[in-house]
Amino acid sequence: MNAESDDSTETEDDPTPSAPLRYDAPLTDSRGQAVVHPSRDTWLEVAEAALNDGFDHLTDVTAVDYLDYQGRRDLPDGVEPQRFEVVALLSNIVTRERIRLRVQVPVDDPTVPTLFDLWPGSETPEREVFDMFGITFVDHPDLCRILMPDDWVGHPLRKDYAVGRIPVQFKDQGATR
Amino acid sequence: MSVTESTDTSDEPVVDPTERVRRRGDDSAVLRMSEAEAAEVGNDPHLHADDQRVLLNMGPSHPSTHGVLRLMLEMEGETVLRSKPVIGYLHTGMEKQGEQLSYMQGSTNVTRMDYASPLFTELAFSLATETLLEIEIPERATWIRMLMCELNRLGSHFLFMATNGMDLGAVGMMIYGWREREEVLRFLEKVTGLRMNHNYIRPGGVAADLPDGWEYDIARLLEMIPPRLKEYDTLMTGQPIWRGRLQGVGAMSAEEAIALSATGPVLRSAGVPSDLRRDEPYLAYDQVEFDVIVGTYGDCYDRYAIRLNEIRESVRIIGQILEAMPSGDYRVQDKKVTPPPRARIDESMEALIHHFKIFTEGYKVPAGEVYAAVESPRGELGVYMVSDGSSHPYRMHVRAPSFVNLQTMPHMMRDGLIADGVAIISSVDPIMGEVDR
Repeated sequence: MNAESDDSTETEDDPTPSAPLRYDAPLTDSRGQAVVHPSRDTWLEVAEAALNDGFDHLTDVTAVDYLDYQGRRDLPDGVEPQRFEVVALLSNIVTRERIRLRVQVPVDDPTVPTLFDLWPGSETPEREVFDMFGITFVDHPDLCRILMPDDWVGHPLRKDYAVGRIPVQFKDQGATR
Repeated sequence: MSVTESTDTSDEPVVDPTERVRRRGDDSAVLRMSEAEAAEVGNDPHLHADDQRVLLNMGPSHPSTHGVLRLMLEMEGETVLRSKPVIGYLHTGMEKQGEQLSYMQGSTNVTRMDYASPLFTELAFSLATETLLEIEIPERATWIRMLMCELNRLGSHFLFMATNGMDLGAVGMMIYGWREREEVLRFLEKVTGLRMNHNYIRPGGVAADLPDGWEYDIARLLEMIPPRLKEYDTLMTGQPIWRGRLQGVGAMSAEEAIALSATGPVLRSAGVPSDLRRDEPYLAYDQVEFDVIVGTYGDCYDRYAIRLNEIRESVRIIGQILEAMPSGDYRVQDKKVTPPPRARIDESMEALIHHFKIFTEGYKVPAGEVYAAVESPRGELGVYMVSDGSSHPYRMHVRAPSFVNLQTMPHMMRDGLIADGVAIISSVDPIMGEVDR
């Protein structure tokens, strides 16, 4: 919650005070909560730096599909908006500080490196994101559907997946009575 | 077994607990196998002919799996080697549904997730919405929320006592746990009109003020519960069979629990004093006194004892709320969020129009994204909400504690007996509605 209080991790001579950095990635403030915006290339480095900085608890991993969102303005300069965004919520179990990592993921290559090797607790949340959004976590130990059936077609939480579009299950098996 | 062999095994290098949960292959505790692979193994009699390993399905319809949890177990005799919880049987797309409903309707949706403690999901949803709206709710509404949530925590923990006892063969306990929960539910019904799925805590406050005479009901509850807890102690806590059944079963270290993102009683049982009510006080938890109950061994007994003592702490908190309940409004008087009172509709055209608009269109919430977390009976319950400035959440994600805590199960079950597995499932206390959402 206390976003800018921790100056020690900011990089040495940042010329523009208006663009703060944390773990070499742009830092923004969202309603008093600290948000770090790494790129996909620096995703693991930033995550590891956060882990070494004491954020030992990966609270959750989730994603957002920004397909229908017109005019997003909450991204800092230099971060190119993409359709998907993977969000990792981290907390420090001792100081109770929280940060959020948000990485932009393009739709034509929906892949992100897995956080499993840093926080094994990312296993099921990442499976849920894969199931619901079709984002692949590279090097995840067991990336398969978790809430939907294994043979389900489509990823329900994508914005182009209509609410009413439910294929009829067990149709080809015919009625038993 | 020769003596040299037994000394060899004791010389095994000590493995860092967090390394143990990171393992990927056959020495992992998690049975990472798809349905198809499992079916293949099951159909091939020669695959495991040399050892006695079998794959066993437990659930989804099994009396000890708390609804529709299925466990895929790799067994050797009675010993569980690897396991994997298979979930999704109760998935109803509530997060997708949350994007279709306005903020006003949203609490009706989220309350159906954790059906044993529905008020907490409503609270997390409301706190997230209020942070986005940047509104401050009245003091009385805050304290009513706290009162109702602590009562709900009682109800949820009583339900745990009942099911935990039942799962372990103390069937009498089931009736007692249910009996106490019923008393709590009776009060919740009196206030909210419903026994569950209350939709009582809404963005902007609560749905209705406390009924007349609520103090007497609460005082009666506070008088009734402590002696009943003594009965629990007699029936279970000090009883050798109960202790023998739970102590040392499903033990987990603090490092493992943190690495696996556990929260709530599962994390606290391993000795980590983590309770959002104290660590990141929301509502008015910084104005009441209570202790965070912490375990030592991270076993099933600790998780039982933590919940039993949390009932005592909740009783303590409710006693303080009874003393300190302020007067005032029970919902914010911001006309943007709160519909006009029923009486105004009859006399004012504007009020009628406003009432119609707020219920058909809902209110607009400024764009932004926010995460709000509360301490539910099962752990950290958070809502991550993205608003695009319209009257519907653009994305509403619920960080369900049961869902995340489930992944600790294979690690607790490893090398234990299948009968202990039942104790472990019970001690994690998963609510499948929340797991599958």
